[in-house]
Amino acid sequence: MKAAAASDEDRQRWSDASLAATLLAIDPAGLGGACLRAAHGPVRDRWLEMLRCVLPDPSRMRRVPAHISVDRLIGGLDLTATLRAGRAVAQTGVLGEVDGGIAVLAMAERWTAPAVALVTAALDTGTIALERSGIASRRATRFGVVALDEGIGEDEFPRVELLDRLAFLLDLTALRVDLGDEVPADLGAVARARARLSSVVVEDDVVELLCVTALRLGIASIRASLLAVRAARALAALGGRTRVEECDAASAARLVLAPRATTVPPMEADAEQAQDPADAPEDVEPPKDESGATEPSPPDEREQGERDDADSPPEDRVLEAVLAAIPKGLLDRLRDGKALAQSARSEGRVGAARASLLRGRPAGVRRGDPGGGVRLNLIETLRAAAPWQRLRHAARGGEALRRIEIRREDFHVTRFQQRTQTTTIFVVDASGSSALNRLAEAKGAVELLLADCYVRRDQVAVISFRGRGAELLLPPTRSLVRAKRNLAGLPGGAGTPMATAIDAAVELALRVRRAGQTPTLVFLTDGQANVARDGSGGRERAAAEALAAARCVRSERIMTLFVDISVRAQPQAQSLADAMNAHYLPLPYADAASLSAAVKRVGSA
Amino acid sequence: MLWAVAVLGSKACLLSLRPVRIAPATTRIVALPPVHSRTPSWTPASMPQQQFPFSAIVAQDEMKLALLIAAVDQSIGGVMVFGDRGTGKSTAVRALAALLPPMKAIVGCVYGCDPQAPGSWCEACRHVHARTPPKSHRMAVPVVDLPLGATEDRVVGALDLERALSQGVKAFEPGLLARANRGFLYVDEVNLLEDHLVDLLIDVAASGENVVEREGLSVRHPARFVLIGSGNPEEGELRPQLLDRFGLSVDVKTPIDLPSRIEVVRRRDDFERDREAFCLRWKKEEDRVRKRIVAARQHIAEVIVPDAAIERAAQLCIALGTDGLRGELTLIRAARALASLDGDGSVADAHLRRIAAPALRHRMRRDPLDDSGSGVRVERAIGNVFGP
Repeated sequence: MKAAAASDEDRQRWSDASLAATLLAIDPAGLGGACLRAAHGPVRDRWLEMLRCVLPDPSRMRRVPAHISVDRLIGGLDLTATLRAGRAVAQTGVLGEVDGGIAVLAMAERWTAPAVALVTAALDTGTIALERSGIASRRATRFGVVALDEGIGEDEFPRVELLDRLAFLLDLTALRVDLGDEVPADLGAVARARARLSSVVVEDDVVELLCVTALRLGIASIRASLLAVRAARALAALGGRTRVEECDAASAARLVLAPRATTVPPMEADAEQAQDPADAPEDVEPPKDESGATEPSPPDEREQGERDDADSPPEDRVLEAVLAAIPKGLLDRLRDGKALAQSARSEGRVGAARASLLRGRPAGVRRGDPGGGVRLNLIETLRAAAPWQRLRHAARGGEALRRIEIRREDFHVTRFQQRTQTTTIFVVDASGSSALNRLAEAKGAVELLLADCYVRRDQVAVISFRGRGAELLLPPTRSLVRAKRNLAGLPGGAGTPMATAIDAAVELALRVRRAGQTPTLVFLTDGQANVARDGSGGRERAAAEALAAARCVRSERIMTLFVDISVRAQPQAQSLADAMNAHYLPLPYADAASLSAAVKRVGSA
Repeated sequence: MLWAVAVLGSKACLLSLRPVRIAPATTRIVALPPVHSRTPSWTPASMPQQQFPFSAIVAQDEMKLALLIAAVDQSIGGVMVFGDRGTGKSTAVRALAALLPPMKAIVGCVYGCDPQAPGSWCEACRHVHARTPPKSHRMAVPVVDLPLGATEDRVVGALDLERALSQGVKAFEPGLLARANRGFLYVDEVNLLEDHLVDLLIDVAASGENVVEREGLSVRHPARFVLIGSGNPEEGELRPQLLDRFGLSVDVKTPIDLPSRIEVVRRRDDFERDREAFCLRWKKEEDRVRKRIVAARQHIAEVIVPDAAIERAAQLCIALGTDGLRGELTLIRAARALASLDGDGSVADAHLRRIAAPALRHRMRRDPLDDSGSGVRVERAIGNVFGP
């Protein structure tokens, strides 16, 4: 029974995904595209194949790697052709080449902010504006994006500004591939729908319906409503209708709005209905022949909806359709209000991803020799050599060489940002012993240090620990206001899971380092470990584990400041600090100035 | 008119094997057609697609007002727009382009020099039109988009690579700063722009002149433009020095009331479906706004700024603890432009009130940890100074 329910749910997800592919083929530019969250494998390939089947011109579906250069992405100077022709020759980027088709962004979760910004700018304006290496051009291009999201876990996903512009956020993780046997609409139907698309009328009440639904689901961005309207129009076009019906709105809402829901409005009437959406024997197919029926709703519910129409306005019916599409687990979390974490999460990711792109950000070009990790900038080198070509050829005896003579003094190298970004990770002890002692003062100290970080444009992250675990209160960010807010709401009490905290800190520090930044750890604790890694009590074992974890900090050579916040300096804290090879600072003697100075010293060491 | 500094391959150069810096005395000004004449698609008139009309933007009154003020008085010093995703920041700035009345410019000048202001002419215009009065033509006010991924050579201008490679001519190819002269330069996602480019923009925007010293070129040309930036504060904060250079700073928020949201979606959807019909429907409204700008520009010199208003502005700035006098100056200028837009003869408290937040919110000595929001602080100070 359970397996049957699970496969029903899988079938449902597949049919939604296939419908999304069809709609995308009908209006790629209008819908922006889809984010496909799935590991590399047959499921993902199956969906891409579905999309390719319904695209009018499959050759306009291009895969774009995450490491693509700006020149290839939006266009630029074609160096080879330029040198051969002796005049500037421009090349078209991939985004220009996929005009009318789909750009498939591989490993979308790894795309950096500048690269994503180029894609979103092209999506927004329908134009590629090029001002690069002596080329100025504007080229119209309308395309859809399929972002292949291979992210694992909650904090790894494509950049929010990209997701905001894509109509469909499809999650195909852990899906059985053999259930995806549904054939999406045929090419002819898609072509007819494309032709019909612009003549489909969207009445004001449909727009209102979708806006209301988005608001009730706690979706802040207006783009979501707009994308839902467009999806509804594409659905109507597919179904051969000339105006968008309520059933189109309902399907559009479940496809576009459901994955974005951050909250669920209380619905008294259908508590049990939404409790087990998987049991509902729905079968949503592309609305080919049905018309006017509220098809995503199960028949009994539809009848009910028709019976007491006065009780159940269209908003509620659409909302029901959306709720039915949200997986049960998520629905429960939304009900409990836990999904607020989702929005916080998405913000946090912005900070983290941003960090990873700062490495090797070019900061202009200067004259100099390449080598030793310094990259030659060809364009600027050519530019420098160009004026002297006649002269040099003449000096060689007037041979009309086509070759370009480049000398050492022409060499230009790309200068990269010298300053590496520092991320200061605060590890704040919120356990009972600390809270009793000086949690408030520790918070004050962190605030002072935060102000300091602001001046130095550092990123900050905050980990707090108490009871059984450590929590990443604030992922690396530059937004200090958020840091402060999170800190202010930090509760105190319970035991001190020192080892767990150190583990979490090291893990984050290494992640920061992988992103090309320099991590600095600042521990604010009394070091009185009394909770072991497995959550059990016992000072002795906890202390031993903490010491072992601390040695890990030393072996990873992470800069660390250990601020002892106990009233009297403790030998235990001192030995922990020593094991970490940390700079030890007892807070009783630390005023604001010396704290700030200590962090600076550690940071610059 | 594009001018080349020198032509290489002359006898003087042949004598030496080393690259020769041609002394300024021997500089010949050679008129060359600009490279852009082949790719004229950047002018607002031939934008590839019709822009969303300015007046059709729902709500966001503060942003629209700030842009109008910058259009009336270009000396305000730029507008910075902070906002959430999808609030129509870019839409508003790009829409402004279609709204601006055309301006007079000297025929053939790449920098679009103003025939009526010889003091602001570029060197070429000064040279060529020293005796003969220049011919002028009407051109659209440039609203230049600085696209992401732009390279420094295209921003400040550089040696024309093509000409250099094919003809051995050392010619200056003007960049975006040249094109933006007398108009607007728009940078979307300022916080994603490389730092050195941002510094450069700010510097040129403040001095009104672009000095190029690279590849043996030594060129200076007027680059007076209104800098408009937009960005998402979640992506990180802007450097305070940089922020201070902007005259006005506005915060845009996603509307949370249902009617506005519905209207946004509806208009956007109508626009996407049939751009021409949509723009036609809004033409009357657009013309009205354009007339308002023209009238405001004509009458701004006549707007009286009473001493009382200056005193009020000073009181407000003292209450907020803004640094320097830039706050007062901008506040007064913006209030005067606003009065002119409203057709009022003198600056009154109402004008100061409306414009105080955008003019001052980014100039207060900043406590990075005060999350009450600078707008709130300005409101509070207004309440104290002007009374409820």
